[in-house]
Amino acid sequence: MNDASATDAAERRPETVGRAVWISGPVVRADLTANVFMGEQMEVGASRLIGEIIGISGKQALIQVYEETDGMQPGEPVYGTGLAMYIELGPGLIGGVFDGVQRPLNILQRKGPFVEKGAKADPLDPARRWRFIPDAKPPARIRGGEVLGVVPETPVVEHRVLAPPDCSGELVAVAPEGDYAAGDPIATIRTDGREFTVAMAQRWPVKQARPYQEHLRPIVPLITGQRIFDLFFPLAKGGSAAIPGGFGTGKTVTQHQLSKWAEADVIVYVGCGERGNEMAEVLMDFPKLADPRTGRPLMEKTVLIGNTSNMPVAAREASIYTGITIAEYYRDMGHHVALMADSTSRWAEALREVSGRLEEMPAEEGFPAYLATRLAQFYERAGRVRTLSGREGSVTIIGAVSPAGGDFSEPVTQHTKRFTRCFWALDKDLAAARYFPAINYLESYSGYLDDVAEWWRDRHDPQWRELREQAMRLLQEDDRLQRIVRLVGEDALPDEQRLIIEGSRLLQEGCLQQNANDPVDTFCRPEKQLGLLKAILHFVVRAKEIIKRGAPIHRIREMPARESIVRAKDKIPNDKPELLDDLMAGIDREMDALYAEFQKVR
Amino acid sequence: MRSESGKIYRGLTGVSGALVFLRGDGGVAYGEMVEIVGDDGRIRAGRVLIASRETLAIEVYQGTDGISPTGARIRCLGRPLETPVAAEMLGRTFDSFGRALDGGPDPLADDWRNVNGAAINPAVRAYPRDFLQTGISAIDGLNTLVRGQKLPIFSGSGLPHNQLAAQIVRQAQAPGESEGFAVIFAIIGASRDVADLFRRSVEESGALPRVAMFVNFADDPAVERLVTPRSALSLAEYLAFDCGMHVLVVMTDITQYCEALREVASAKGEVPSRKGYPGYLYSDLASLFERAGRIQNKAGSITQVPILTMPNDDITHPIPDLSGYITEGQIVLERDLDRAGIYPPINVLPSLSRLMSDGIGEDRTRPDHAHLSSQLYSAYAYARRIRMLAAIVGEEELAGRDRKYLDFGRRFEREFIAQAIDENRTIEQTLDRGWLMLRELPAADLTRVSAEEISRHLK
Repeated sequence: MNDASATDAAERRPETVGRAVWISGPVVRADLTANVFMGEQMEVGASRLIGEIIGISGKQALIQVYEETDGMQPGEPVYGTGLAMYIELGPGLIGGVFDGVQRPLNILQRKGPFVEKGAKADPLDPARRWRFIPDAKPPARIRGGEVLGVVPETPVVEHRVLAPPDCSGELVAVAPEGDYAAGDPIATIRTDGREFTVAMAQRWPVKQARPYQEHLRPIVPLITGQRIFDLFFPLAKGGSAAIPGGFGTGKTVTQHQLSKWAEADVIVYVGCGERGNEMAEVLMDFPKLADPRTGRPLMEKTVLIGNTSNMPVAAREASIYTGITIAEYYRDMGHHVALMADSTSRWAEALREVSGRLEEMPAEEGFPAYLATRLAQFYERAGRVRTLSGREGSVTIIGAVSPAGGDFSEPVTQHTKRFTRCFWALDKDLAAARYFPAINYLESYSGYLDDVAEWWRDRHDPQWRELREQAMRLLQEDDRLQRIVRLVGEDALPDEQRLIIEGSRLLQEGCLQQNANDPVDTFCRPEKQLGLLKAILHFVVRAKEIIKRGAPIHRIREMPARESIVRAKDKIPNDKPELLDDLMAGIDREMDALYAEFQKVR
Repeated sequence: MRSESGKIYRGLTGVSGALVFLRGDGGVAYGEMVEIVGDDGRIRAGRVLIASRETLAIEVYQGTDGISPTGARIRCLGRPLETPVAAEMLGRTFDSFGRALDGGPDPLADDWRNVNGAAINPAVRAYPRDFLQTGISAIDGLNTLVRGQKLPIFSGSGLPHNQLAAQIVRQAQAPGESEGFAVIFAIIGASRDVADLFRRSVEESGALPRVAMFVNFADDPAVERLVTPRSALSLAEYLAFDCGMHVLVVMTDITQYCEALREVASAKGEVPSRKGYPGYLYSDLASLFERAGRIQNKAGSITQVPILTMPNDDITHPIPDLSGYITEGQIVLERDLDRAGIYPPINVLPSLSRLMSDGIGEDRTRPDHAHLSSQLYSAYAYARRIRMLAAIVGEEELAGRDRKYLDFGRRFEREFIAQAIDENRTIEQTLDRGWLMLRELPAADLTRVSAEEISRHLK
């Protein structure tokens, strides 16, 4: 699909290509009078509902419709657009709220509080003017994806207007600095003897990954400010992660935490088949919350796609593609983008529902056999890349999975596991114990440990990997001991083993658990993360010496330092790392005293 | 009454379960309402499920018994399934289609609404945060309901979920606003006894003038059950967003609704998903539950308390499982508590109100609410663990501290969770009672409440 010709096609009014002959829910069959292609975007029926060609057989086409088809009659016309399912890209996406097929929900609300079918509005507000500052000077050779100029889209996001990725040639003209609407022409490019005008707003087919120069190894961690992820199961910029969990385990809270605090230039949050009130919460919180790095409202770097569970199911399927295409678009400008999809299971169910209407042969649990392929195609659009203009950009995908009955053996979780390298397993028992984030540290894993180790070593601490392994060993030993405790009780164990249990408890309370509602603890800088971890491991090492000297375990448990460690996560602010040294010194002081005491006893 | 296309067909090509098929000729819309007159002369309502030039598939609401392929006549009404809405419908009882069931005249409609409604634009939703007092400690204290929330009761056959729902309806009040509060019951596939229980319960409390009931009895055609909650919710939307009322919608039993959905799906020959339920069960339930909420700059709200009986008490069954993914928490009833004579038998541990944290605290309930509920929760969780241990090693073997917890657990269930069926506790009473429960626990264990709170409330 050539983008320059897309601009051409846009000039054409969609034309009648046939008539609907069979209508059932989101699937319509049409008799064709003109040529259409697979994946072509359609307008269906008298109210011109958005649809897509998903099958062609002889003179008949199968169309998936992204809105409710109630009231449509056989015989109504079907229009072709000549374009693959596309969305509009340009300034004005940031801060916007869109449904699955990119209708701007905050503009549609002017027509009433309910989304009526057939409602239409331009995704990019045509009335809004943007300050365009040219960056390229004609005449010059220009390649697709290079920067024509910049628009300060928000105070924190610089929008770089790019030449369409597949439109290389001679740059004939660029508009002077000034205020333009997204659709105004701002450059002319001559290629193969034809001239194309280029606007800030460009179209891109959503199911096609946007091109880049080179795939780069994901070696920079995406710092999330959440200790369990950054320290234990790190995700890399350009990587992908899955968060599976039954209901009530905190998937959405975790996704919200990540989108609030993850160190990304742009956040794309896709609420795919989830609760309307959750979107309302995001819309209430994000304009008020400040990004920890820039201090500016989070909304200034966020794009929201909201296709709630009661909105048309086919548009839910589209929402994932809409989201990832927007993410790639900002990546191509040289930004680091994080995409949260909550929840990919609802997306898979949308595939299942449409597949069922098409009477396709089902595979596992009624899901279509191509489920794995679709999931792979989605997660493969994550990556850290060198863009066409030579910049570095990345798309990181964090997909929530809602397994039926909380059972991870179901197809969506299993397939997702194959395509993501981070697996953050949420645990029902931990959530029931109000242990948050309820990440099961024994079941979770990260495939990026080796990739990001260098970054941690160079930036923060050469010991990062070693500290992590030490902590994981402690947790694993504790897990083994807990099995014995369940049979005989904790009192029956020798003190050295009870110290392991005590140490693991301290690690969990003082480090792994993190309170999303606490103003200090909700976000934790890497320095503080390491400081806490070190303090806890140091405490355990020192305590071990003392236990060896015969001190009873309760003396360790009753140390004031233990209490200080547990409180440190919400008492020590991110900008006062020196307090961590005090914490360490306090531990040593108390340990020295206790050590001395038992030295004498001996 | 309404405009009608008046298109009439004679004869069918087939009848299967609740579906009839006939030859079409275009001009009939997907989702359009039709009337089917059988050989017996009886008129049944139906809806177009597949509209094509060759074939029409129609879902028949009052059953297909008595319909023959040659004798049937189909009249198309040229409109989707609509239901009357009116403020005067409060105080009355209707069938699934909004027709009077109480012997009175059919309601004089202020408007007719498509029963399917339309999705609330997520961008105009107002985030729910206003406390709704049910007068039940286990809910108000530990799983607080807020206006605009959907909080289901997960129950099992034989548990007193209907009594609990009736009690919520009698007692529910939005503090500060006694005016403009309405209740709508959607009774889906219930026995006449259950319908009667609800009616008597509201009559006795004198709440009848603010209650509307939509009833589909257990022996009514299953396919009508798909309409009952939708008619009820259409009225709720009208009262909330056109008339500015706070509406509480109680729907019982969602399990019956899902069974009906499965029955119709299987008659259509659809590919089944888990346990034979259709793959779109989640979307379909969401189209009901997501009709709860508040809208910016509108006074009213819709709060839903759906009731569902978990088949075999299994919370991982598709119905409770998918519901849990849509609703904002759940109130779980437990058979063991019921057997122990605790009413309401709410197990607070698996119960959850997702919107609680934003709906409580200063100016909403009381400043100590969050800490107190967290303390009660963790103490009770520990008490249940100790109870299990005591069952193995015997109570005598327990340490003193653990025995205290054992006692706490018993008292908590008997004095905090349990209350009489007509006992309406204010939030103050609930919280004070909560503090009373903590009295016997070791002071060092009360880490989730602050020292000031202890000195203030634990004297």
